[in-house]
Amino acid sequence: MQFGLNESQKILQSNARKFFAAECSPADVRRIMETGTAHDEKLWSHMAEQGFLGVLIPEDAGGMGLGMVELAALAEEMGRALVPGAFISNLLAASAIHAAGSTRHLAGIASGKIKATLALLESSAKWNPEAVAMPAVTGEKMFVPDAAIADVIIVAARDNGELALYAVDGKSAAKTAMPSVDLTRRIYKVAFSGGGELLARGDAAHKALNHALDVATVALCAEMTGGMQRTMEIAVEYAKTRKQFGKPIGQYQAVQHQCADMFLWTESSRSAAYYAAYALDSAIPDARAAVSVAKVYASDACRETGNRGVQVQGGMGFTWENDTHLYYRRAKSSEIAFGDATYHRERIAQLVIDQARSAAV
Amino acid sequence: MDLNLTSQELQFRDEVRAWFSANVPKDWVKRRNAEESMQARFDYLRQWQRTMFDAGWAGVSWPKQYGGRGATLMEQVIFIEEMARAEAPPMANVLGLGLIGPTIIAYGNDAQKTRFLQKILSAEEIWCQGFSEPNAGSDLAAASTEAKRDGDHFIINGHKCWNSYAWAADWCELVVRTDPDQHKGLTVLLVGMKAPGVEVRGLKQMSGESEFCEIFFRDVRVPAENVVGKVNDGWRVAMGTLMHERGTFGAALQVNYRRNFNRLVEIARERKLTGDPLVRQKLAQMYAEIEVMRCNQMRAFSRINETGVPGPEGSIQKIFWSELNQRFQQIAMEVLGPYAQLAHGSADAFDQGQWAYNYLRARGNTIEAGTSEIQRNIIGHFVLGLPKSY
Ligand SMILES: Cc1cc2nc3c(=O)[nH]c(=O)nc-3n(C[C@H](O)[C@H](O)[C@H](O)COP(=O)(O)OP(=O)(O)OC[C@H]3O[C@@H](n4cnc5c(N)ncnc54)[C@H](O)[C@@H]3O)c2cc1C
Repeated sequence: MQFGLNESQKILQSNARKFFAAECSPADVRRIMETGTAHDEKLWSHMAEQGFLGVLIPEDAGGMGLGMVELAALAEEMGRALVPGAFISNLLAASAIHAAGSTRHLAGIASGKIKATLALLESSAKWNPEAVAMPAVTGEKMFVPDAAIADVIIVAARDNGELALYAVDGKSAAKTAMPSVDLTRRIYKVAFSGGGELLARGDAAHKALNHALDVATVALCAEMTGGMQRTMEIAVEYAKTRKQFGKPIGQYQAVQHQCADMFLWTESSRSAAYYAAYALDSAIPDARAAVSVAKVYASDACRETGNRGVQVQGGMGFTWENDTHLYYRRAKSSEIAFGDATYHRERIAQLVIDQARSAAV
Repeated sequence: MDLNLTSQELQFRDEVRAWFSANVPKDWVKRRNAEESMQARFDYLRQWQRTMFDAGWAGVSWPKQYGGRGATLMEQVIFIEEMARAEAPPMANVLGLGLIGPTIIAYGNDAQKTRFLQKILSAEEIWCQGFSEPNAGSDLAAASTEAKRDGDHFIINGHKCWNSYAWAADWCELVVRTDPDQHKGLTVLLVGMKAPGVEVRGLKQMSGESEFCEIFFRDVRVPAENVVGKVNDGWRVAMGTLMHERGTFGAALQVNYRRNFNRLVEIARERKLTGDPLVRQKLAQMYAEIEVMRCNQMRAFSRINETGVPGPEGSIQKIFWSELNQRFQQIAMEVLGPYAQLAHGSADAFDQGQWAYNYLRARGNTIEAGTSEIQRNIIGHFVLGLPKSY
């Protein structure tokens, strides 16, 4: 049994860490987040050169053809560096296209020439695909990430009552920014007025959408783990150097034990995220439950780690200059994305209580 | 990542599984929650350990020459999981098998290994752990039970407390003071519990039973050959014991927690609560946390496999299982509703009152084997590098 990265995965992760340290420093993050779209074309094209944008896309479709564990390793590094922009959006869209049995746009996404996103939520704001009500393909979607820069938008809509997925030309849709807490990832209202190319409908659409959401959720959990790691490091570093009453504040247990909790939550989130990645890759029977377990845990843990990160640094932690709030903001948008802990707990209840599979220990 | 078992491990698992399914006493599942005297229960578990010993299963991880199997870490994990899965009774000599035997294997001399190990496995000699004292609990280095050299003997005077199984024990792993220097003045001695001057008194626990005791030592003579390691090197030996206390022992927990979870879902169904959104949320949260604990454990085992020793990360496991069990027992109370309070002896209780007992017993989890606060100190100082707080 080996729970952890193998040699080539370790190399991928350490290369990614070096790459983002050089190409996406905290100063870069701040510059990019001020752009309005949180997108930087230079960073994006360099990420494409590294193969990062096509990790899961098969080699014959222009990607790297790697698995979920590699994706998680990369996403964790991106979370640590707080890489702004549309990585998760493109992952979600590409996974939906691929799972729908198409190769449309995949080479373009992998090369960075085409930017894609996926439009799911409407004013009902429910993550459950059953909640999709918009007729194909006319009406308004909300909370669509990175829509402003998207060349292609995968849209979940109803065609004669059946769920269906369409690829819609991004330029044909009207986008309005929805100002939100996470400055590194922008969301939009998007109005569609017809058009679009059918990718899948009915069962196939459900399967493709669910799969894409599971993949993106796991990547997000790994990314959240990276963010938690960095939040903890910033707080611990501060606790070692900041002195009050003549001692480093990290010597006070009220502070030290908060740091210990941050460590426990970060490590536990990491275990759960990588297990979910492995479970999806190996098609283990409890894979969907494993995805929800990871998201339940990371959602609460990432928020709480942010809370402690601010508290441990006192007034300094509350300032705009301190990077903690950038992670703290990201933690909230990530907690919400693809369903918060409450949503995923209900999904677990359906998987393990209603289907009573749990009896087979 | 590869969480599959090798074909050798699968073969080992099948062998273990077959043995348990043929040998686990049929009356255990009923007897487990039934009321009986502590002594009668202990005799039963001792007999069971003897059965396991005779079949060669008592000390899978121990070296072959001392009656063990010399199993790999993964085989140990498999064994512990299978034992829990088969709902086998625990073995009687819990501390001898889990803590003291491994300590003797790591730090003892050949004569001690020959003298003690086999009898631990066969449950012929039961062991207890004499670390804590009235004034030295978390602060073990403050132990003051004194051992004075007298020729080739030590003479012991002092008072230990909270010692689990001391009422049944033949031997004790005792931490004594041989020098005034805090850490460098401790020594670990193996002390016969039947020696003149040893007195054991039961301590009743909040959960009702008297699993732990206090032990008084009055001019007890112990041969110097019973020192484990060197005189004044007891701190290192005792820390080795505590590392084991926080090591592989978790493997059984995830199986047991999962079984308790499944049982709680059954009860929720019986009480028509599985449609209640709040109950669903709480049960699902427990499922998630038990799974996260399992993932943490797999990761930890994998790391021990690579590096050879359990590290301070063991503190994560200790905090996780103990605090999770307390949360779980509270949620069980909520699911059981008014039935939750019914104790052993109540005809209307679910599972013979086991839930009320579990609820009370879980309080001890964050105290035994190092309190949650001490575990957080360990993480803060040894893992994160923060200054020592005390
Ligand atoms: C069920 C059970 C079984 C046990 N079995 C055994 C056994 O077999 N053998 C044995 O030797 N002992 C045994 N013990 C004793 C156990 O190891 C001690 O109770 C434990 O180490 C705590 O010591 P204490 O009780 O003296 O509490 P104290 O050390 O007095 O602690 C009291 C409180 O103060 C906190 N505290 C103490 N020091 C610090 C610090 N530096 N920083 C922050 N907080 C601190 C503790 O966390 C705790 O909350 C058992 C205990 C229980 C509950």
